[in-house]
Amino acid sequence: MDSHTAPRDQLGETRMIGDSHIFDLRMSHQGLRLNRFCSMLNSAAGRAAFKADEQACLAAADLTDPERALIRARDFAGLLEAGTNIYYLIKLGTATGNGLYKMGAAMRHESYEQFLATRNAPGAV
Amino acid sequence: MARIIAGIGSSHVPSVGGAHDRGRQEEAAWKPLFDSFVPVREWLTRIKPDVAIVVYNDHAAEFFFDRYPTFALGAAESYGIADEGFGVRPLPTVPGHLAFSQHLCEALVYDEFDLTVCQELKVEHGFLVPMHLCFDYSLGWPLASVPLQVNVLQHPLPTARRCFRLGQAIGRAVASFPQDLKVVIIGTGGMSHQLTGSGFGDMQRDNDMDFLDRLESNPESLTDWTHQQFMERFGVEGIELIMWLVMRGALPQTVRRMHRNYYAPMTTGMGVITLEPA
Repeated sequence: MDSHTAPRDQLGETRMIGDSHIFDLRMSHQGLRLNRFCSMLNSAAGRAAFKADEQACLAAADLTDPERALIRARDFAGLLEAGTNIYYLIKLGTATGNGLYKMGAAMRHESYEQFLATRNAPGAV
Repeated sequence: MARIIAGIGSSHVPSVGGAHDRGRQEEAAWKPLFDSFVPVREWLTRIKPDVAIVVYNDHAAEFFFDRYPTFALGAAESYGIADEGFGVRPLPTVPGHLAFSQHLCEALVYDEFDLTVCQELKVEHGFLVPMHLCFDYSLGWPLASVPLQVNVLQHPLPTARRCFRLGQAIGRAVASFPQDLKVVIIGTGGMSHQLTGSGFGDMQRDNDMDFLDRLESNPESLTDWTHQQFMERFGVEGIELIMWLVMRGALPQTVRRMHRNYYAPMTTGMGVITLEPA
């Protein structure tokens, strides 16, 4: 007996949860260059090169000028919009002194201190 | 004959790795999490599994979107520690079980699960955090491991039902390995969390509790949910919970729960549940 059932749509039409994009193939295609750039930060040598001369790294990278501008501006919401996956964005955030919780506070339009005050155990940072 | 003696569901949060490495287990904000694993470790020391199959996802460390596997199974003698952007953590290399891995690859592909086979693979917090919560590695990891990496990053993801069925196939594959091996399967990730947008940090305690209830007693009810339904209940990144279904599918319908805990300090619901075949 054939147990196969017709494929069901797994995602809603908008590909959004609240105001968050779901990272699908359209986003991933759009963000391929940005995500590749961030993957450089997965090595000590890549992080050192980025910290020593960010502008040279950006100039040498396969990125468009608007993408370089998003990185220079630390525009994390804009980088997500442009297809950066959150787990690549965390690497860029960490390398620039903007860890996940700082980025998250900004996404909630809160200060870091305001955000921490909303947590059950803010000591667990 | 190999057999699955236990299943574990455990969150895998990178901050737990940082707290572990910095020795913060006794701090008030971290103690409830680390303490909840003490009886789990004692139980594991008692039942003494030989191999762990660890169902996890890579967080942009080893796999890039240029080619992205839906399911990828380790088939190596050992697995190094990956650098996911914060440096290489001071953890021992993870021993594999080559013959068992190769058997799983063959059995699962012939059972129509077309996996990517990884003969070289490093592992990161998705794999490592549940492992060092569950096992003491001060004298080296006390058991061998088989990493099973699942795409939960780039949609289309495997469906919840597909994950459950992969677990069922793993159960069959383990049972057909001729050597006597005691196997534990660990499903990792989640629970509720969302890392982008104005809902950053939102957690859903009631939904997490309901998931733990269903996982134990009525896992089939979870396999009907779409990814949309998972993400509406648990947040965009809470979709990682589909990996717990691989673990549950590998166990029989009736199980005995040994431990269960939930702690939600910051931005992720951290759950643990352990199950034995009844």
